[in-house]
Amino acid sequence: MTGKPFRVLPCITPENRHFWTGGADGELRFMRCGDCRYWIHPPAPICPECLSKEIEIEAASGRGVIHTYTINRKEWYPNLHPPYPIAIVSLDEQEDLRLTTNIVDCAVDEVEIGMPVEVVFEEYDEVYLPMFRPRRGS
Amino acid sequence: MAEHLEKRAIVSGIGQSEVGRRIYGGDDRWERMPLDLTIDAALAAIADAGLDRRDIGGICTYPGNMDTPPGFSAVGVTELQDALRLELDWFAGGLESPGQLGSVIGACLAVAAGLADHILCFRTVWEASAQGDKGREAVTMGGGGGSFKARTFLQWSLPFGAPSAANWIGMMAMRHFHEFGTTREQLAQIALNARKNAALNAKAVYREPMTMEDYLGVRMISDPLCLYDCDVPVDGSTAVVISRADHAPDMPNPAVHVEAVGSALHGRPSWDQWDDLTTMACRDAGAMLWERTDLTPADVDLAELYDGFSFITLAWLEALGFCGHGEGGPFIEGGSRIALDGELPLNTHGGQLSAGRLHGYGFLHEAVLQLRGQAGERQVAGGPEVGVAAAGGGPLAGCLLLTR
Repeated sequence: MTGKPFRVLPCITPENRHFWTGGADGELRFMRCGDCRYWIHPPAPICPECLSKEIEIEAASGRGVIHTYTINRKEWYPNLHPPYPIAIVSLDEQEDLRLTTNIVDCAVDEVEIGMPVEVVFEEYDEVYLPMFRPRRGS
Repeated sequence: MAEHLEKRAIVSGIGQSEVGRRIYGGDDRWERMPLDLTIDAALAAIADAGLDRRDIGGICTYPGNMDTPPGFSAVGVTELQDALRLELDWFAGGLESPGQLGSVIGACLAVAAGLADHILCFRTVWEASAQGDKGREAVTMGGGGGSFKARTFLQWSLPFGAPSAANWIGMMAMRHFHEFGTTREQLAQIALNARKNAALNAKAVYREPMTMEDYLGVRMISDPLCLYDCDVPVDGSTAVVISRADHAPDMPNPAVHVEAVGSALHGRPSWDQWDDLTTMACRDAGAMLWERTDLTPADVDLAELYDGFSFITLAWLEALGFCGHGEGGPFIEGGSRIALDGELPLNTHGGQLSAGRLHGYGFLHEAVLQLRGQAGERQVAGGPEVGVAAAGGGPLAGCLLLTR
């Protein structure tokens, strides 16, 4: 047993593998339209903008801002102790490229909307959960 | 222009079982099984409509029979049809509809189309018993640890310790607070108003007075939501009978007419990918409702708006145009406007926050009682003629405009 908290992990499928395992290479990967370059998340077999099926996997910068957040104060799982911040981060690449995540390396009362953040991965077997911490430097 | 067929439908009967925190007797006591609660509600609604079970030609329900989450639903079309040996010409039950009341909207369309004359709609919950002494933790998928892997949309939130709608709605509320300056003191009015009204409802589960101090002092669940912003799981069943309007003269109770429905979902069907997180699917459903009637928000005498979490009610108030987008906080501030004797009486039975989480159908039941003038001690004065019943939060939303 490691010191890591309990996490429900995603079921890895051909569709989502790039997202959940990209952290092994330090990359936050998404689907992206090969034609119009729209970032697609969650994964889908078609670009919702131009209906192209030329879908590619591409690494995003991993930088974004906190679009909104909450401080969870209830213990839902054993060994995942509150309080902890849950956030929706909007990535710099595209305003509507968003994901739900946790904010780490940051005091709970310092989390705020608009805060610039960058990805950092937490490893659980083959899964690398993308978490975000306050952005350092530029 | 297409005819708005929902206007051919009426709510002809309503019924509700006993409602309580833990009334399911357990595996050794079959009397209060979820199906039994459902039968109580169904037979009451059928009798209330002046009908016999042989008159019922359809069943519509939400969300159908499901094993998980515990107590979320244990009765679908099949169980009720078989128990009462109903002969159905139309039936539908499922999770993928415009919120809990989407099932009622479907029934309106089915009677309007002549698929059946009278359709029984119901929603049964037994979450209080099913969760037992483990409380809400019992519904967090994977709480047992081990081999459970998240699939579908849950994979995007469960790994981050965000299994509850309290987390998802909390983030929406936080964004609303950020953009519009909404405060906890304002949001509190949804809970305080509900509790005040629940005191006049003998079936409500929480009836003791609640003060602003109580609200601000209770423990937080997921900022900015505290315990009193979250509804309370109960066991209970609610049923309504939807009939074609030409049956109205035959009914023992005043017919409540369906003037318009809202069932739209234009944004992304997701808790976190929704375009504007200060709104919800109710934005689309609410807008659609007003496109289907000559009435306006100013004509509404009472509003029964879903409060699975208090912030959802605020979102519905804005979505239905009772105030502008972002103005929900000031609109409810102080609480007098939404009080039983205010200009827009809101959640007059105590909502799910205080009367119990009957999951959407409680609002419709209450709107019908009020429009009939049968709400007893908590009856809105002046003979209300127009009411709204709305249910659903996040990507779920459905609403009905009702007239006496």
